[in-house]
Amino acid sequence: MPIDMSPYIAGHKEILTSLSPDRVLTIQLNRPKAYNALCTQLLKEVSETLVQATTDDNLHCVVLTGGLKNFAAGADITEMADKTPVDVLNDSRQLYWGIIRNFSKPMVGAINGFCLGGGCELAMHCDILIAGRTAQFGQPEINLGIIPGAGGTQRLTQMIGKSKAMKLILTGQFMSADEAEKAGLIAEVCEPEQTIEKAQSLAAIIAKKPPIAARLAKESVLKASDGLLQEGLAFERKAFALLFATQDKAEGVDAFMNKRKPTFKGR
Amino acid sequence: MSFENILFEKKDGYAKITLNRPDVLNSFNEDMHIELRDALKDCQKSDDVRAILLTAAGRGFCAGQDLGDRAVTGDSGPRDLSLTIEKFYNPLIRLITSIEKPIVCAVNGVAAGAGANIALACDIVYAAENASFIQAFCKIGLVPDSGGTWSLVNLVGMARAKALMLLGDKITAAQAEEWGMIWKSVDKEALVETTESLCKHLAQQPTTGLGYIKRAANAAPTNTLDQQLDVERDLQKLAGLTDDYKEGVSAFLAKRKPNFTGK
Repeated sequence: MPIDMSPYIAGHKEILTSLSPDRVLTIQLNRPKAYNALCTQLLKEVSETLVQATTDDNLHCVVLTGGLKNFAAGADITEMADKTPVDVLNDSRQLYWGIIRNFSKPMVGAINGFCLGGGCELAMHCDILIAGRTAQFGQPEINLGIIPGAGGTQRLTQMIGKSKAMKLILTGQFMSADEAEKAGLIAEVCEPEQTIEKAQSLAAIIAKKPPIAARLAKESVLKASDGLLQEGLAFERKAFALLFATQDKAEGVDAFMNKRKPTFKGR
Repeated sequence: MSFENILFEKKDGYAKITLNRPDVLNSFNEDMHIELRDALKDCQKSDDVRAILLTAAGRGFCAGQDLGDRAVTGDSGPRDLSLTIEKFYNPLIRLITSIEKPIVCAVNGVAAGAGANIALACDIVYAAENASFIQAFCKIGLVPDSGGTWSLVNLVGMARAKALMLLGDKITAAQAEEWGMIWKSVDKEALVETTESLCKHLAQQPTTGLGYIKRAANAAPTNTLDQQLDVERDLQKLAGLTDDYKEGVSAFLAKRKPNFTGK
């Protein structure tokens, strides 16, 4: 279903947005040539949109999608290449992730194709996920000599359990939409062409509910695991930054960008 | 694209792929796998290809894996056979079933091993009356691959599937038709003409809708009726939005021949 492209915030280039009369704001990541890789500008635009959405009474629920092809294949590896641990600790991306994490209105994700690395982490920030049959989920960061750095180790474990989470995070292998549904990562599998539409109708149902109750329900559900989550996120963040000091990370990223197999040395 | 192990031509809105290693009964080596994959991927993304015809040159259709190919036997002890399956046969079967366009198979002679199962993975299978199907795997200690254990059970039922796979008996085209393993067996001389005109016909049909039918049929064996009713509802919604549906209805009401674009 094509969405109206009028920008919610003028000047945004990496996302498309539309606000429907039933108070649903749809945000579509729009870097199709880069498989919607999450460059910093894209994260910034998403978080700016959510900041404005927080106080906008014309919308009660958000749909986050990457369109009908791919949700997001990961972070923008080219941005990652020259970063040091200090760069990572000071990274503005953390600020944007924090805004997305703290967004108080319900958010439904509509996922197709690749939903990997940072893309999978972004998807897990949604409250409900709907995915097309051909979607693939994974946290392949280990292939680059790093680990998920935006909550992947924590949220994936909460959502699908330790053993399945370890399998994805330690092997870098992908999980199909059907497996993801069985594991509890997503709420519903549908035809790929219908993900956005299904997410929007679900969002429209939620948008008709009393908004304060919906907001506090979301907050309460998230509290179920929040205490451990904060500590885990902080640990993951530091571990993620630490890995930027390793030779293996430099090798992994270089190999990825030059499409060759990496040789890891444990240094 | 240039090919050495297959022939690839596009005409009348469809693509014809001919396995072309007749001196070895069109058995698969790595190169033929790669060429067949590239040809099918080209068909998948080309709007001017609205049906696919898979057939083979010479007296046989396909004898399966070329047992002489280095991928299977090596000087340094036994090979891991799962590697060629993971790399070639499984992706091939997944590709055939995921292309949302009708794939017709014209089995022109013996189809053995993976050769039989690749034919059975296609959507409409015709065979020349002198053609035959053999699940030869059991005779050399192997398990039917290329989806054979799945498609046979679904096509002919558990009793016949097990006997076919455990005994490796040769099944004639007529028997295969009678059992519902294939769509039709035809005169040897009529095979090319019949399947080519079928593809020409399919190429003028509502391709997107046919793709949805294929998707629904492929989902059926593993779904419950309840799930399948939902699949039908969802695909019908999509089909109802196609140009070809509009064209089909207005042609019907105007009592004229529809002109489908495949969109």
